[in-house]
Amino acid sequence: MLVNFASVLIFILFSVLFVGFNFLLSRFIQPRNPTPLKVSTYECGEISEGDSWIQFNIRFYVIALAFLIFDVEIVFLFPWAVVFKNLGIFSFIEMMVFVFMLLVGLAYVWAKGDLEWDKPKDVPAKEMF
Amino acid sequence: MPVSNIYVTIFQTFPDKIPDTIFTILLMLAGAVGITVLAALLALIGVYLERKISAHMQDRLGPMHVGWHGVIQTLADALKLLLKEDIVPAAADKKLHLLAPFIVFSATIAAFVVLPFSETLVLSNLNVGIFYVVAISSFVVIGIILAGWASNNKWSLLGGMRSAAQIVSFEIPASLSILVVIMAVGSLNLGDIVQFQNGGILHWLIWKSFPFNLIAFIIFFTASLAELNRAPFDLPEAESEIIAGFHTEYSGMKWAIFFLAEYANMFLVAVIASTLFLGGWSSPFGNFMNYGIFSIFWLFVKSFSLIFIQMWLRWTLPRVRVDQLMYTSWKVLTPFAFLCMIGVGLYMIF
Amino acid sequence: MGFYDLIFWLFAFISVASAALMVFSKNVIYSAVGLLFAFFGVAGIYVLLAADFLAIIQIMIYVGGILVLLLFGVMLSHKIGGVQLETGTLHKIPAFIVVGGIFIILFRVISKTVWPLGTAAKEFNPTVEKIGTLLMTDYLIPFEIVSVMLLIALIGAAYIARKERVQ
Repeated sequence: MLVNFASVLIFILFSVLFVGFNFLLSRFIQPRNPTPLKVSTYECGEISEGDSWIQFNIRFYVIALAFLIFDVEIVFLFPWAVVFKNLGIFSFIEMMVFVFMLLVGLAYVWAKGDLEWDKPKDVPAKEMF
Repeated sequence: MPVSNIYVTIFQTFPDKIPDTIFTILLMLAGAVGITVLAALLALIGVYLERKISAHMQDRLGPMHVGWHGVIQTLADALKLLLKEDIVPAAADKKLHLLAPFIVFSATIAAFVVLPFSETLVLSNLNVGIFYVVAISSFVVIGIILAGWASNNKWSLLGGMRSAAQIVSFEIPASLSILVVIMAVGSLNLGDIVQFQNGGILHWLIWKSFPFNLIAFIIFFTASLAELNRAPFDLPEAESEIIAGFHTEYSGMKWAIFFLAEYANMFLVAVIASTLFLGGWSSPFGNFMNYGIFSIFWLFVKSFSLIFIQMWLRWTLPRVRVDQLMYTSWKVLTPFAFLCMIGVGLYMIF
Repeated sequence: MGFYDLIFWLFAFISVASAALMVFSKNVIYSAVGLLFAFFGVAGIYVLLAADFLAIIQIMIYVGGILVLLLFGVMLSHKIGGVQLETGTLHKIPAFIVVGGIFIILFRVISKTVWPLGTAAKEFNPTVEKIGTLLMTDYLIPFEIVSVMLLIALIGAAYIARKERVQ
């Protein structure tokens, strides 16, 4: 088993070296000419003002949170799925209790509107301007 | 029963003049080089295919000048990108700007290491094979967030966050849908999963526990499309909305690495889907053409068919809005994935 | 020193150096990157201890879930650079005395304990099936309690986030 993981490690190290080699190669043969216009922040031709922060949108955080909870559930589901063939109906019922709890959680978050993203309001065109 | 991998076969053919550990490391390195080159090549072929297929779907010709029917076009593009200046914005965080492509590329390619290309051709016969692939794709999210942040550009940051939120939301239905495969096979090892499906098209896992596995396959395919940030889920990269998302401020080789990673990821998803549901390297005709070089052929046929379907979907369907995206993942795909899992469980008991 | 030891020292170095980067860096995002590599180092050490499933879980949950959550939370706030590392209320010398005292106590406790030196894992067997079976048989009650805890966590966090959103 360790041999397989060693393969993985060597592979990751090699891919890092591969990218590094490409960057190095590019560094030698590219022209280097930073003008103030080139290194300014790109905003489709507009001149950018202020620092780059964005509005605090808590929906990102709620989505990541819900993902974390379900990720932990998936981690428990995988070993169960591996032994499911051998363990029969009792393990199925036990796991269904587990899944049911989390489906209750999903239903709660759904019903309370935490999974909503802002829907664009349907405003007829003549009211917009 | 774990599938014997290529090291054993090579060990048995070479006499041992060099110490065993050094020999193993050299073999692993050779395998790493091979797979990285293969992934890069597949990404190049993927780009060319995309341009040709989209062209023909839009009733035009695509690249025609460079080589016969534009075959070397992508190579020429890659060489051009090598020669381009690497513009790092003055306001950007240079170290993170450099780190992000490394993380994205290494994480994407690291999943290639467990793919079985034939009965003996697998670089790392991990016992937690498919679970490892799922875990490694969560590494990519961090790279994308760092790329969006490092550019110090409102639009890159927003694009990176949206991309991350999208990948993260669709990872749940994707992981749930592969549970049905594991329940049927009883092992996480990709080689075992393919061996289970050996013996012709009727043994493929997509037909077991009908219709739940078929639904699971569709859920997996859709969720993976969204994880790849491909249309119709390509809101974070939409040119008309957010310029180019998290890789707006990347140019030259760094952008090429992101691009390479995206197409390699596309191929990875196709190979995983065909390994899990469509029988991997096993031939659909039972034992006819089921050994050696033909296994690789069958795997590529299945993967390229899935890639064709991915590209077909891209150039046919319009883009979904971000709230429709989240709706799809949490309110449609996840409940259906749970349903499939419960259905397959009941199927297997009764 | 065989390859096993070499790889162990490599991962130990990665973990400790990244943790040091995380603790001492003034830029919160650099700390997050340090945390990323610390998690990766710990996952490597799990592999060396023959806990392959645990290593993959470490990557999946810590890197894929918790670090993403952390980064989202940090990036959506405004203060990134110039984080004050010292509080300014407690002066250096009393702090030194307290920390030094704790260090000496811990050091003596650790060196006086008789650690049961188990044999290093001789057979590296896959662990997934054993974990699955144990979860369903011996550890069933903790397993079901975990589901209730996850439910509570989800409801609580969603409630707090909802209050923020309304505000």
